[in-house]
Amino acid sequence: MIAINDVHKGFNKGKANQVNAVNGITLSIPESEFLVIVGSNGSGKTTLLNLVAGSVFPDAGSISIDNNDVSKLADYKRSQWIARVFQNPMSGTASDLNILDNFRLASIRTKTKGLSIGINDKFKQQVREKIETLGMGLENKIEQPMGTLSGGQRQALTLLMSVMDSCKVLLLDEPTAALDPRSAEVVMRTADKLITDFKLTAILITHNLKDAYNYGTRIIQMSEGLVLRDLNNKQKSDLKQNDLFDWFS
Amino acid sequence: MDFYLSALIQGLCFSALALGIYISIKIFNIPDITTDGSYTLGGVVTGVLLTHHQSPYIILPAVIIAGGIAGALTGLIHTKLKINALLAGILVTYSLYSVNLTIMGRSNLPLISVPSLFSLLNLVADPNQNTFWILSVFVIIITFLIGYLLKTDFGIAMRATGNSESMIRALGVNTDRMKITGLALANALTALSGYLIVQFQGFADISMGIGIVIVGLGSVIVAESLINWFRITSVWVILALVLGGAVIFQFVLAFTLALGVDANLLKMVTAAFVLLIVSLPRLSSLKAS
Ligand SMILES: Nc1ncnc2c1ncn2[C@@H]1O[C@H](COP(=O)(O)OP(=O)(O)O)[C@@H](O)[C@H]1O
Ligand SMILES: [Mg+2]
Repeated sequence: MIAINDVHKGFNKGKANQVNAVNGITLSIPESEFLVIVGSNGSGKTTLLNLVAGSVFPDAGSISIDNNDVSKLADYKRSQWIARVFQNPMSGTASDLNILDNFRLASIRTKTKGLSIGINDKFKQQVREKIETLGMGLENKIEQPMGTLSGGQRQALTLLMSVMDSCKVLLLDEPTAALDPRSAEVVMRTADKLITDFKLTAILITHNLKDAYNYGTRIIQMSEGLVLRDLNNKQKSDLKQNDLFDWFS
Repeated sequence: MDFYLSALIQGLCFSALALGIYISIKIFNIPDITTDGSYTLGGVVTGVLLTHHQSPYIILPAVIIAGGIAGALTGLIHTKLKINALLAGILVTYSLYSVNLTIMGRSNLPLISVPSLFSLLNLVADPNQNTFWILSVFVIIITFLIGYLLKTDFGIAMRATGNSESMIRALGVNTDRMKITGLALANALTALSGYLIVQFQGFADISMGIGIVIVGLGSVIVAESLINWFRITSVWVILALVLGGAVIFQFVLAFTLALGVDANLLKMVTAAFVLLIVSLPRLSSLKAS
C-alpha cells in the first residue's frame, strides 16, 4: 500500500543547525498492516509521517501510495487516500465550527467542496448514529462548536471523521499524548476498532510502550533517522513488554 | 437631509465593506488592508463607467471583478511569495493609488446629473428614502448570497481554512487557493461599498479610501462584541450583526458630529471609538480584578 524507497529528508541545509531527520529509509507497508513506530525524541518519526502525508517532500528517494508515485504530490491531494490524526487535538478539527460542519467536511474529504448545501436531516442522523458508537453522549451536541469539547472527545471525533469518506491509510502521530489516561484508552480502542473494521493501512507513532505492545501488526524502532529494529506480526507477538522497555535503556 | 437617515444610508453603503472585513479578518484570520485601495477602485470604476454612460449591468460586474482582482493579488503575494499579509495589502493598496488615478485621469470626478443605481427605480417620492429602499434591497441580496455561500460545502471549507489549516489540508483543500479566493471575495465586497458610496455622494475621489479600513474594522468589532456577548453561532445572525455594526458605527460618528465635535477631529474620534470597543473587555476585567 505504501512504499518508501531510500527516502532522505534534512532541514536547514548548509546551515550550522543542519539536521538529517530521515536518513535513507526504505519501508514497504502492505495493505491493512497496522505499523507501530517507536523511537526517542528527534529520531525522525514525525518527519517520516509528514513525508508520507505530503506535508514535507523528500530531498531524495521516492514514496508511492497504492502504486502511485506521490513523491511530489501536495498533502491536500494525498487526502484521497490518507486521513490523519495529529498529536494536537486542535490540529485535526476546526474549533469554531460545530461538530456537524467538521463531519461534513470529513465526509467529502476526497471530493470537491462545492456550492451546494450538504448538511440535511439525513446527514445529521447519519452523524448522530456514528457518534453514538463512541458512547460519549456527544450525539446530542452535534450543533456545538468543536472548541467546547475536551481533547479526548476531539481526538475520538477526528478518528470517526477519518472514515466518513473512503479511506485507505490512517496516520496517527501520538494521538493520545495530550490526553488523560482514560480518554487515551478510549481513543486507542476506537482507533484499533476502525483500523480492523475498515481494513485500514495504519501507521501509529507512540511513546506509550504499553500501546506499542498491545496494538499493531508490526513494530519498528527508529533512531537518528533510520530504522533500527523491524518486527513483523509473529515477532511482535513473541515480544514481551519488558523487551520493549529494554530497547530504550 | 435628515441627519439620521443619512447616517443609516452611509451605514448600509459600508455594510458590504464590513462583510468583506469580516471575511478576511474573522473567517480567514488574515489582516487584509487592501481595503483602502479596493474601496477606491470600486468607486473609481463606478464613476468612470457612469460618466461613460455604461449600463448598470456592466458596471456592477466590473466593480466586483476589479475588487476581486485586487484581493486576489494580495492573496497571491501573501500565499505564493510568503509575504506577511499586512505588507502584501500595503503594497497592493499603494500601487492601486496609481491605478485609480490612471483610470480616473484626475483626482476628483463629479457625477452630477448622471443617472445612478439610486435613480434606476422610483419607489417613493423622496429621493433619499428612495435611496434607502433600493440600498436595503441591495444589501439584503448581498447578505443573503454571502450567508448562503457560508452554508455551502465550499463555505464550510472557507471557515475551516482560517480555523485549522492542518485539518483542512488533510481534508483535501488547497489552502493557498482558498485564501486567494477569500481575499478576492472580501475585496470584491469592499469595492461594492465604493460603488454604493460614490453613487450616493455623487462623486468619486482619489483619496476617498484613506483610512476606510478602520470603518470596516470598527463595524466588525462592534458586531463581534455583540456576537461574543450573546454567544451567537448562527451564520445568519452573525451577518445581520455585522450589518448592524456598520450602521451603529455610522450613527456613532454622526452623533459625534452632532455633538459639535470639529470635523477635523473626526478621524481621531473614530480611532478612539474603535480603541474603546476593543479594550472594553480588558478594561472591565481589569476593574473586576
Ligand atoms: N520543520 C523543521 N525544521 C527544522 N528542523 C526540523 C523540522 N522538523 C523536524 N526537525 C528536526 O528533525 C529532527 C527529527 O524531528 P521529528 O521528526 O519531529 O522527530 P520525532 O517525531 O521522532 O520526535 C529533529 O532534530 C527536529 O528538530
Ligand atoms: Mg514527533
